[in-house]
Amino acid sequence: MIGAAFTITAKDLKERFRDRSAIMLAIVVPLGLAFVMNLTIGPLADQSFNTGVTVHDADGGAIATGFVEMLADVEAAGFVDVKDVTTAAEARGLVDDHSVSTAYLLPEGLSDAVAANEEAAIIVVADPDQPIGSQVGTALADGFVWEVNAVRLSIGTALALGGDDLEALIVAAGDEPSPISLASATTEGRGFDFSTFYATGIAVFFMFFTVQFGVLSIIDERENGTMPRLLVAPISRQSILVGKLVASFLVGMASTIVLWLATTLLMGAEWGGSLIVILLIAAGVTAAMGLTAAIATFAKNAEQAGAITAFVVVVFGVLGGTFFPVSRISGAFAAISRVTPHFWLMEGFQRSSAGEGIVDILPAIGAILAFAIVLGSIGLFRARDLVRHQ
Amino acid sequence: MADAVLECSGLHKVYGDLVAVDDVGFSIAAGETYGLLGPNGAGKTTTISMIAGLLDNDGGTAVVSGNVITTKSTAAKAAIGLVPQDLAIYPDLTARENLQFFGKLYGIKGTLNERVDEILDIIELSDRADDLTKEYSGGMKRRLNIGIGLIHKPDLLILDEPTVGVDPQSRNAILENVERLGAEGMAVLYTTHYMEEAERLCDRVGIIDEGSIIAEGTRRDLVAMVGERDRLHLELSGDASVVEGSVSAIDGVDSCSAAGSALEVVAVSASRALPEVILAVNDAGLDVHSVQITEPDLESVFLHLTGKALRE
Repeated sequence: MIGAAFTITAKDLKERFRDRSAIMLAIVVPLGLAFVMNLTIGPLADQSFNTGVTVHDADGGAIATGFVEMLADVEAAGFVDVKDVTTAAEARGLVDDHSVSTAYLLPEGLSDAVAANEEAAIIVVADPDQPIGSQVGTALADGFVWEVNAVRLSIGTALALGGDDLEALIVAAGDEPSPISLASATTEGRGFDFSTFYATGIAVFFMFFTVQFGVLSIIDERENGTMPRLLVAPISRQSILVGKLVASFLVGMASTIVLWLATTLLMGAEWGGSLIVILLIAAGVTAAMGLTAAIATFAKNAEQAGAITAFVVVVFGVLGGTFFPVSRISGAFAAISRVTPHFWLMEGFQRSSAGEGIVDILPAIGAILAFAIVLGSIGLFRARDLVRHQ
Repeated sequence: MADAVLECSGLHKVYGDLVAVDDVGFSIAAGETYGLLGPNGAGKTTTISMIAGLLDNDGGTAVVSGNVITTKSTAAKAAIGLVPQDLAIYPDLTARENLQFFGKLYGIKGTLNERVDEILDIIELSDRADDLTKEYSGGMKRRLNIGIGLIHKPDLLILDEPTVGVDPQSRNAILENVERLGAEGMAVLYTTHYMEEAERLCDRVGIIDEGSIIAEGTRRDLVAMVGERDRLHLELSGDASVVEGSVSAIDGVDSCSAAGSALEVVAVSASRALPEVILAVNDAGLDVHSVQITEPDLESVFLHLTGKALRE
């Protein structure tokens, strides 16, 4: 049986490598797509939000200084870029020529007015052509005003309750830390950069199409009339099936490993440790074989099997997070995504890319192999329907 | 049959309510070519599918070279070469690679390359052996299709309507190949609905219709079985009615009828009756301008047995 299976595997591989369309789908198209995605979306996605603002301080008092310091802190966090100006007109000019999204004008007497509990205002000049930047700029001013008002309310309350050291109260209120603060974080969490995300996502997506070729070749043998020749040869039906599946596995492994190496060398993608990556690829290819075999046994012909597989693979690919991180979907979709092998493959590669060890990857590999076993069992159970002459 | 390569009896196959093959049995000796003749849908392909181990039968047995054939019996399968009706070759492999692949499946090891070269010579593809078969003409593909069935020197070669859709030149080449294989001692089972192919190739013919073999034997046996006679059509130099009586009296002539200068004679053997008929015509002072002899053929036998033509 092994000899016959090996002969069939070798024949299938020879045919596959001569089929240019198969090589295109297995390697050229996914590699090209990964490059294009990385070149176009990657830089945009990698950019953190940043908007230009400017402030003209005509006051110079405690409140105005506090506002300028608050902007300096936000600038240090990387969210805004504060440009220096010397006049209010210069600040407005920067907004007019769209150099900044927001200009803050701190009028003379601002701090005194606040201290005297009189009406005071920070003038915010926003650029309507930069809606997000100007909203952020306005929100920063709102936040500062809200905090000043809160401090003023606290001091007023303290004085009403019998406090008498106004200077000390102001200092104490200013030193009190805010109970809630914002922190920067990426949705990728474990550091799945976009080059790696697109490299692994597209490799996982195309893995299922590549493996499909091997399984569909069984139906092709039927449709091309060569299956009767195989069935009348003195070999078992199992050896035909094994030969086909081994060819399918090897093609899936080879094409995904080529994508792994190419995206690592050319795109700087970081898939993780070699052993873990190979284990994940092997588990994924096995699951893909199970899925396509299960579908193939129910299809009437190769065309129908190809169409059904394409539909299932695209849906699984979207739900499983091969096109965008599944952290951006929620509710029922998030739950459904977990019943796709694609989700667990992406989860495994995400952990692998973050440098996690094999023990951390095992749940993902286990889930992928569970899919392979369930779907493969359906395929094997119905294998007799697959290996037949008509 | 003492040296039968194939012995089958009581073969039975049912698809739902349809009895596709019913109690089919025959045998083929080494060096004998047996034709299974019948119209499309008669049960020929189902019968050979059971004999080749492609289909499990619902009754009966088939024994090839002493081994009972089933879909799982590798020993019996090793003795059979199948040439399917449809082309069964890999277009992305060369002829040599196709032959090597199937040779390996049949367990040929040390002598594989020599055997492949031998087959390439037989099917006259040696000069194109290393071209991909998708670049071949239809006739070349047909020849390779037969060559693959021969790669392991089978005891029994089964050809399922190998000339369907083939140009006359390739068809003749295929028939010559089959004739040679039979002469070399191979047992050949040949299915066709072309009466002339069965007459040319087959030592014995089984006529199959609606799943059953309704008659079997040599062409002469079959003709005799249904009592068909030879026909002579003569064009004379004058009124044929003047010789009607004398020709009718010739021994072996069943009947004679004249119509103008044409004379229709029905005889047991045209070749035996013809000299005496010509003598009778000359004695009447007439000349024979032309003679046409129509021997009964399998087409007329099939028509007689089933009441329908082979190509219906």
